Amino acid sequence: MKLLVYYAHPGKRFSHANEAMSKALRRVENISFVDLYAEYPRFDVNVEREQQRLVDHDVILFQCPLFWYSTPALVKEWIDLTLEHGFAYGAGGDKLDGKIMMFALTAAGPADAYTTKGYQHYPLRTFLTPLERTAGLCKMRFAAPYALYGSLRAIEDGRISPHAEGYRRLLTALRDDAYNFDRADDFSVVEFEHLDTLIGD
Amino acid sequence: MGDFLLLSFIFLCAGVVAVPIASRLGLGSVLGYLIAGIAISPLLTALHVDVIAIQHFAEFGVVMMLFLVGLELEPKLLWDMRNKLLGLGGLQVGLTTLAVMGVAMAFGQPWSIALAIGFIFALSSTAIVLQTLNEKGLMKSDGGQSSFSVLLFQDIAVIPILAILPLLALPELTDAAHGAADIGHGGEGGGEDHGEESHGTNLNLIASLPAWAQVIATFAAVASVILVGSLLTRPLFRFIAWARLRELFTAAALMGVVGIALLMTMVGLSPALGTFLAGVVLANSEYRHELESDIDPFRGLLLGLFFITVGASVDFELLGANLGLIFGLTFGLIALKVLILFGLAMVFNIRGADRWLFALGLAQAGEFGFVLISFTIQNNVIPQAIADQLLLVVALSMLLTPLLFILYDRVIAPRYSSGQDREADDIEPEGGIIIAGHGRFGGIVNRMLRGAGYHTTVLDYSSEQLEMLRTFGFKVFFGDATRPDLIHAAGVEEARLFVICIDDKAQITELARHICKHHPNVHVIARAVDRQHVYELYAAGVRDIIRETFDSGVRAGRSAYEALGVHPFEAERLARQFTLDDRFAIRELASVFEEGVPIQDNPAYVQKSKELMEEREAELKGDGRGFHSRSDRGWTPPTLKDVDAEASANEEG
Repeated sequence: MKLLVYYAHPGKRFSHANEAMSKALRRVENISFVDLYAEYPRFDVNVEREQQRLVDHDVILFQCPLFWYSTPALVKEWIDLTLEHGFAYGAGGDKLDGKIMMFALTAAGPADAYTTKGYQHYPLRTFLTPLERTAGLCKMRFAAPYALYGSLRAIEDGRISPHAEGYRRLLTALRDDAYNFDRADDFSVVEFEHLDTLIGD
Repeated sequence: MGDFLLLSFIFLCAGVVAVPIASRLGLGSVLGYLIAGIAISPLLTALHVDVIAIQHFAEFGVVMMLFLVGLELEPKLLWDMRNKLLGLGGLQVGLTTLAVMGVAMAFGQPWSIALAIGFIFALSSTAIVLQTLNEKGLMKSDGGQSSFSVLLFQDIAVIPILAILPLLALPELTDAAHGAADIGHGGEGGGEDHGEESHGTNLNLIASLPAWAQVIATFAAVASVILVGSLLTRPLFRFIAWARLRELFTAAALMGVVGIALLMTMVGLSPALGTFLAGVVLANSEYRHELESDIDPFRGLLLGLFFITVGASVDFELLGANLGLIFGLTFGLIALKVLILFGLAMVFNIRGADRWLFALGLAQAGEFGFVLISFTIQNNVIPQAIADQLLLVVALSMLLTPLLFILYDRVIAPRYSSGQDREADDIEPEGGIIIAGHGRFGGIVNRMLRGAGYHTTVLDYSSEQLEMLRTFGFKVFFGDATRPDLIHAAGVEEARLFVICIDDKAQITELARHICKHHPNVHVIARAVDRQHVYELYAAGVRDIIRETFDSGVRAGRSAYEALGVHPFEAERLARQFTLDDRFAIRELASVFEEGVPIQDNPAYVQKSKELMEEREAELKGDGRGFHSRSDRGWTPPTLKDVDAEASANEEG
């Protein structure tokens, strides 16, 4: 499948997890990559260009950190502008039918925080409901997100490189049509330990 | 006059023919000059030219070279080098002198002659080594830095050596005093006189003073070089800038170097050392790049002349008669020096290929050897016959040096190359940033870059501007940025970014074209005066072109929108859309622009520009899909009908 990765991180210099993931990503050939903050440093998203990109690809993956239970601001701006009425939804808005929307997120809170008993009160997936509905309104499939919990401590815990390596495998599998989306739906959030059961025929 | 022209022509011609061939063959310019000298030596003999006299004149190139080396070396760097300078340099001179002395005594020479020979051979050739290291870009390597430390120490050591040598005078030679210098040596006799001149015995004004006064005078001279260099350069150059004549700067730079050399000679110090010191003092000055580009051509020509005279001064008759002996001595000397240098390099932890570079590079005897030899003859230290042979050994060892460098390049360096590259990557600083022009435009660029922690090299030709900036603590260099030699001195070869911010439209284009053509790896950002200038700069090869008043015009337009009651965010979006639109238009128009044709005489341009204007009119009136409608994209809400349809579709699903 044709894979398009949107990378959105406004503070790259301070990122460990996302930079390691970007490095892993560069080793995957034949996928499209857009660094959103580099392409639109002044937030003036080129709607025509972005819509053409969506039309040209099958899997749209956003790689970004979780900011205030949502995406960084530019991703929201991109959604506001690109997913136009008549293109993505509404009358005649069928251009994204059947495509797949997926997120690769890093969350600072640890896994046990994102439970009903944890300090965030809800599972991570619950916070993504607006994005899931965005995909739904555009008739896109919202695939289970690939996530790294406790991203700020991940270096000490040695979880950065397995997560980045998992990311590389994930992208390769998506490109080669070797990723089992149905089985991935059994997980509310996919972590690198789960990939063995999701990749392969 | 005719003689002068003929001689100049012969020397220039020899250099112009031989050096490109030598460079092409990978032999380096020094060997090219030396071969040129050998080639023209029969001609010079036939014309009865005093080669040695010319050589002493050309030695001034070494003085200039040390001035330039000093300019590159800030006082702090020099202080950091002190261990290498004293330790490495001192040991090299001391050990080589003793070793050569020992060998000479083993050959049956009395100790005084042996010691004098030791001094002569301990020194290496600053001219050849620095020229070659610069040419190969090895100055910054560990081997290059160590070599430079040793050469600098040798230069300083010449002063005490010149003081000691007269004490070694042989009584039997003193008796025959003048005879020895004149008999059988017509041609080179003149050279001795010049040797005296360039090294101070004749001009030395303080020789008759008592010792304590000499010491005071010497220190006063050195102090005055430092004081004048650091205090008077600025007012002097500002004074010169009033004349607005390029060549006056060259004249002033030459005047400075010659003046310092003269002063040093008067107090019996090495002129090279004095100008080196002046260079170090000026290394932090804003006139550094200007001085560098003014002196550099003279240094190049004089050193070239110097190398030619070394080649031409080889006395083939004498060499033929003592072929085995002279070659034996030369190779023996090189081997001995390599051995000592190599040992020192091990002790001082110079590693890998650098160790070989250091040992092979400094293995020759140098131009100071010539000076010392004539000085010893004149002071009756060494008999003429031995001195003649020594001269040959010095010249031959210098001739062989380029071959040693070739040996290093072809055989030794490749073996270490993998490790060497990695180290070099760490040492080499990131490419520089050059900003040409520090006025209302460039000043902003510079402040932004400095504010973000980048180091910039700023060039500006206005002395008043420099004066003003210094008051605010900015560091800028004086010079006309449109001169290729000046941007070369400012380091355009190693630059990664060149921002052209000067005022003059034609000069901007000229400078941009020069950089894009000769330094294609440098990213150029150019200031465009107007729309047509954008096209010219694009044709010159610039891809990062900034119209100087465009952004402020757009901001004024945005303020006008807001003043008229347009919502600030709407005004911002309109301004951005205008910018995008205008860029589109400028690209369209660039495709029909023809260089050299005024736009009003270009029918295609006029036509296209009319079309674009009509299009924009239509958009502004809301007839077309573009400007306005495009700026509204993304915020257009769906109609109520759509919302209903959506809801029912979802119910069905």
